Amino acid sequence: MHLHKYEKLWLAFGISSLVLFLVIVGVNAFVAGNQPPSSAKTVDPGAVEVTAPFDQPGLKKIGDNEYQLVVVTSAFSFDVGTQDKVVEIPKGATVHIVATTKDVVHGFEIAGTNANMMLEPGHISEATQVFRNEGEFTLLCNEYCGSGHHLMHAKIKVVDQS
Amino acid sequence: MRETIAKVDKKDAKLALAHMIVAFTALFLGGICGLLQVLVRSGKMELPAGIGYYQLLTAHGVLLALILTTFFIIGFQFAGMSRTAGTLSDKTRLAGWIGFWTMTIGTAITTFYILTGEASVLYTFYAPLQAHVGFYIGLALVVVGSWIAGFAMFVHYAKWKKQHPGQNGPLLSFMIVVNMALWLIASLGVAATVLLQFIPWSLGWTENINVLVSRTLFWYFGHPLVYFWLLPAYMIWYVVIPKVIGGKIFSDSLARMSFILFLFFSVPVGFHHQLTEPGIDPFWKYIQVVLTLMVVIPSLMTAFSMFAMFERFGRSKGASSLFGWLRFLPWKDARFLVPFIGMIAFIPGGAGGIINASHQLNQVVHNTIWVTGHFHLTIATTVILTFFGAAYWLIPHLTGRTFTNQLNQLAIVQAVVWSIGMLIMSGAMHWAGLYGAPRRSSFSLYGNSSQAADWIPYQIAQAVGGTMLFLGILLVLYIVVQLLWFAPKGDEEFPIGETEEHAEKTPLFFDKWWLWIIIVVVLILLAYTIPFAHMIEQAPPGSPGYRNLC
Repeated sequence: MHLHKYEKLWLAFGISSLVLFLVIVGVNAFVAGNQPPSSAKTVDPGAVEVTAPFDQPGLKKIGDNEYQLVVVTSAFSFDVGTQDKVVEIPKGATVHIVATTKDVVHGFEIAGTNANMMLEPGHISEATQVFRNEGEFTLLCNEYCGSGHHLMHAKIKVVDQS
Repeated sequence: MRETIAKVDKKDAKLALAHMIVAFTALFLGGICGLLQVLVRSGKMELPAGIGYYQLLTAHGVLLALILTTFFIIGFQFAGMSRTAGTLSDKTRLAGWIGFWTMTIGTAITTFYILTGEASVLYTFYAPLQAHVGFYIGLALVVVGSWIAGFAMFVHYAKWKKQHPGQNGPLLSFMIVVNMALWLIASLGVAATVLLQFIPWSLGWTENINVLVSRTLFWYFGHPLVYFWLLPAYMIWYVVIPKVIGGKIFSDSLARMSFILFLFFSVPVGFHHQLTEPGIDPFWKYIQVVLTLMVVIPSLMTAFSMFAMFERFGRSKGASSLFGWLRFLPWKDARFLVPFIGMIAFIPGGAGGIINASHQLNQVVHNTIWVTGHFHLTIATTVILTFFGAAYWLIPHLTGRTFTNQLNQLAIVQAVVWSIGMLIMSGAMHWAGLYGAPRRSSFSLYGNSSQAADWIPYQIAQAVGGTMLFLGILLVLYIVVQLLWFAPKGDEEFPIGETEEHAEKTPLFFDKWWLWIIIVVVLILLAYTIPFAHMIEQAPPGSPGYRNLC
């Protein structure tokens, strides 16, 4: 099959850019460890409330400026362990998020950060986020979960404690 | 200089037109839903009479993404088959009608359950949200009907091949066969999840559903679906546009090559819709990211072919400067201009697609309204404007009427309204998505969050753009109604391009269908077997159905 000279150049340029791009993405994923949230852990979706760590939702200190945030979702709320659905996180803290759902699929998105993952019944979702900037961030459901989907939210307050 | 015009047989024309009528009816209904959605989300309007936002959203997605596209594509392809591979046999045409009625009855059933509020599960119907079983049965009928149509097209192509030994199938027919093969292989996934998982579960025969398996089967289908929309647009670009502008097809064999590459790399790629999901090893996500981005290659080939064809045409008319050839393109012909705008929209559309599919970057935009902005550029601009541009010659060709100058003017106005409306709506969606505004959500203040307050101006912009798009729909419907029933009688051409005189002969190996299918199956098995086995082996307890809908 005949290819025009310019077409060869065009495809060579395009394909090399593509290969370079995939290599960068791959190195970022497998060498630097920046993989999308892909936890393999499971949980019985009917027994979430009696299974650790989901029996005690909320923020727990687990190290020097390091925390675990356990979140249990259901239509149409985020249980973040507080009555007012506000979580206070010290500025600069590394937070390991562990979340799941008791019923349907939900989305877990902290707007303005890269914490963005799907929550599926029976599966545990995990992500780590460092909160470098002070301010209020909205935790919201970004996967349709029923009639009250858009009313499902909580608040993350990043506070300077120094 | 009017040559005698090759006409699609009258009976075949009727079959194709029946599909067009359902397609444009779906456009009207789905468009009304879209208008109401952008108005609600601007925060300035509430829905009357107990209509739910998510009910509208379900209807919008099903009617436009599934019904409008599938009916238009199958109608166009029957006409294209008849035009390039000869009049359909009575049996093939009958199969076409059986397919049509199966799909139409399916559409009616699904729409009924959406309208009664028992199926507000959106067009992706993610378990364990559970709709009335009728919703799933209707969708299954649409898929089955499309299979019948697909087989009718295969039989017709095989018959042509038998009558013309040692020849390549006509280019347009060849492309149609690729597209229907792609559709058949892909829709096996959605058929499997609907028939084996959703229908028994929503009838109560099975108590629980494996959610991750159902989503994986859906997206095994869901991404090839977008290529099933795109390939007919490419057919129009490769085969029809050269004739419309008065030029020649750049290369027959490259066109076939790019279609075969699309067949290979359209299916084993569904994980890029599931990048942020638990239960799938990131290694397999990355493998499918690589396979996904392989479609960049045939897309680059297509872009080259188009602009090479435009330039050669302009130079043959005497253009000599670097971009002088642009002047010679028929800018005032809607049959060219409208699809051309679609081509241009595919540049940002494709770039956005690369962002969405790229493993880590997906986390920034996943399920934000950026994604909605993305596919309103690709499907709702690139593909739909190309389909509109094709309808302007196809419908009058089939009805024996003419696309008058006046209608041509109106079609150009329509495309301008559409482009500006989409620039505003899709642009605002992209920006708001980068700030975190979610997709598929009704208007919400999110507990008076200041972030959500920042999204509202963009949502108002979406309402402005969306309203313009609705006007665009009314305009195109006016033109289509004219072309169906009222425009003056006459002969409108079904343009089919020819290759350059000195073009190399297309090699014969393109019709090695079994080889192509084996390669596709191997790629699918490679990409899916191990992660899919994991989903079944390591499955958590299944989920009962939830009907917290409105």
